[in-house]
Amino acid sequence: MTGDAGAGAQAPPAPHVDDQPESQRPAELSVDAAELTIVPQRHIGRWIAAAVLLVIAALMVNSVVSNERFQWDVVNTYLRDVSIGRGLWLTVWLTAVCMMVGAALGVLLAVMRLSGNPVIRTAAFGYVAFFRGTPVLVQLLLWFNLAALYPVITFGLPGVNLDANAIITPLAAAILGLGLNEAAYMSEIVRAGILSVDHGQQEAAGALGLTRGQTMRRVVLPQAMRVIIPPTGNETIGMLKTTSLVSVIAVPDLLYAAQTIYSRTFQPIPLLVVASIWYLVVTSVLSVGQFYLERRFSRGNRTLAPTPLMRLRAAVSTHAALSGRKSS
Amino acid sequence: MTATDQVKNQEQPASPGESPMVWAEGVHKSYGRNEVLKGIELTVGRGEVVCLIGPSGSGKSTFLRCINHLERVDGGRLWVDGEVVGYTQRGDKLHELSDREICRRRTHIGMVFQNFNLFPHMTVLDNLIEAPRRALGQKKGEATQRALALLEQVGLQDKTHAYPRHLSGGQQQRVAIARALCMEPKLMLFDEPTSALDPELVGDVLAVMRDLAATGMTMAVVTHEMSFARDVADRVVFFDDGQVVEEGPAARVITDPQHRRTQAFLRAVR
Repeated sequence: MTGDAGAGAQAPPAPHVDDQPESQRPAELSVDAAELTIVPQRHIGRWIAAAVLLVIAALMVNSVVSNERFQWDVVNTYLRDVSIGRGLWLTVWLTAVCMMVGAALGVLLAVMRLSGNPVIRTAAFGYVAFFRGTPVLVQLLLWFNLAALYPVITFGLPGVNLDANAIITPLAAAILGLGLNEAAYMSEIVRAGILSVDHGQQEAAGALGLTRGQTMRRVVLPQAMRVIIPPTGNETIGMLKTTSLVSVIAVPDLLYAAQTIYSRTFQPIPLLVVASIWYLVVTSVLSVGQFYLERRFSRGNRTLAPTPLMRLRAAVSTHAALSGRKSS
Repeated sequence: MTATDQVKNQEQPASPGESPMVWAEGVHKSYGRNEVLKGIELTVGRGEVVCLIGPSGSGKSTFLRCINHLERVDGGRLWVDGEVVGYTQRGDKLHELSDREICRRRTHIGMVFQNFNLFPHMTVLDNLIEAPRRALGQKKGEATQRALALLEQVGLQDKTHAYPRHLSGGQQQRVAIARALCMEPKLMLFDEPTSALDPELVGDVLAVMRDLAATGMTMAVVTHEMSFARDVADRVVFFDDGQVVEEGPAARVITDPQHRRTQAFLRAVR
């Protein structure tokens, strides 16, 4: 704020400063507004808090690095181990497959929840209640042991006669358990997204002669994505970590690979560190992907968040402008 | 009385070319126990501009929404262009139309909403060509050509690639009008098109509507703009409490209302 505006605010009935003789003007007005330097408020408390945090961070890094029991050399050896790599690949693959199953089934369940038919609505509600209401670990174990319940799977159809033990491999049980469970959560996310779109949008699309399917695909869902994507990103990151549960049904994922190695070498801590590092790497990559996806789907709706590259450019150009002004 | 009962023993409307564009006979509509339309009798002739005026909650917007079946009529009959809205008559029964057929009929009726309802995730051009392409099966080039001509008509050719949120309310509403016109409708419905606008932007939208009326478009306009109704409308219909209380030539109803309630309303809005 300039000095002129400040003086005006103090004296509401607009004192015609310019009409007064030079000698009677307040001292502040003798400096031209353009020449005034703005001094921002200093946040002493924040500076102290930041310093304390830096000290704590340094102490923690020091203890982790200097504690030989972390066995960083072992960590380094196994970080690029082939079986760890295979486990990591399976973890990423399983995450992708389960999220796709979850998302596809989730959209279907969400549309069913919004149906005009009470039986369809209730069926979707029951599905969500069951799969959200029981622990996913229990669901995994149940799918894994499905052969105990249904030794032969027929789907009630003549001619279908499948051996449950042969079909429900550990991997199939993992996909079923995690995917069907995820669908329950995804359906709630998609439903919230659909409901977040103003009803006027559906009316406008309908008045233009678009069918319900076209309205959903072309008008409602693209706008719902803005609401759907952030929690879906969280779900994906959550799913990546939840896949570690499949190690209990002998699916050779990242955690299982680490466990296999340390049951042989008796070095659990460094191998759990190896697994943690890889989980952290993949979740970080996913977070970056989420940022760009959110940006893509918020088109036309609000000011887009700048990408890191744009921020860097902005910082450079501001700096250049400032230093350019000082030198002139 | 249900729609089915009323249809019995009634003659069909005259052939589409001669019948009025909109013809309502005893139209009823209720939300639960709340009866919002209590037997509306109304016609909108071909090429005619009819303004529906009246206090909030009088049913004028609901009636407008019945015309393109955004609201379902509970009783009475409503024809648009010689076809019963939302139903097909076989013998003495009215069968509700399939979604697809309802969509097909809606393509002939343009509608402009109070809150514009542009698609915020599409550019202005994409807003205009979406329905012609999806609902009428037009080629992209064909739809784009018409869209650009209409944007010029409403004075927004320089906003072709802008997103709706970067436009003022008045500009958004003009885009919404162009979007409706892209479908080459036979009838345009306006539901309080200027009520959500800043006062200085109302004029631009009304000017576009005036031009449209001058081209001979059939228009039904729910509005509180009395000067627009007086100058542009052929007829004004005054709604109160779910009924048509008074109707007649625009200048006569606005300047010399006969009914007590019309007089009171017009005194209040002046």
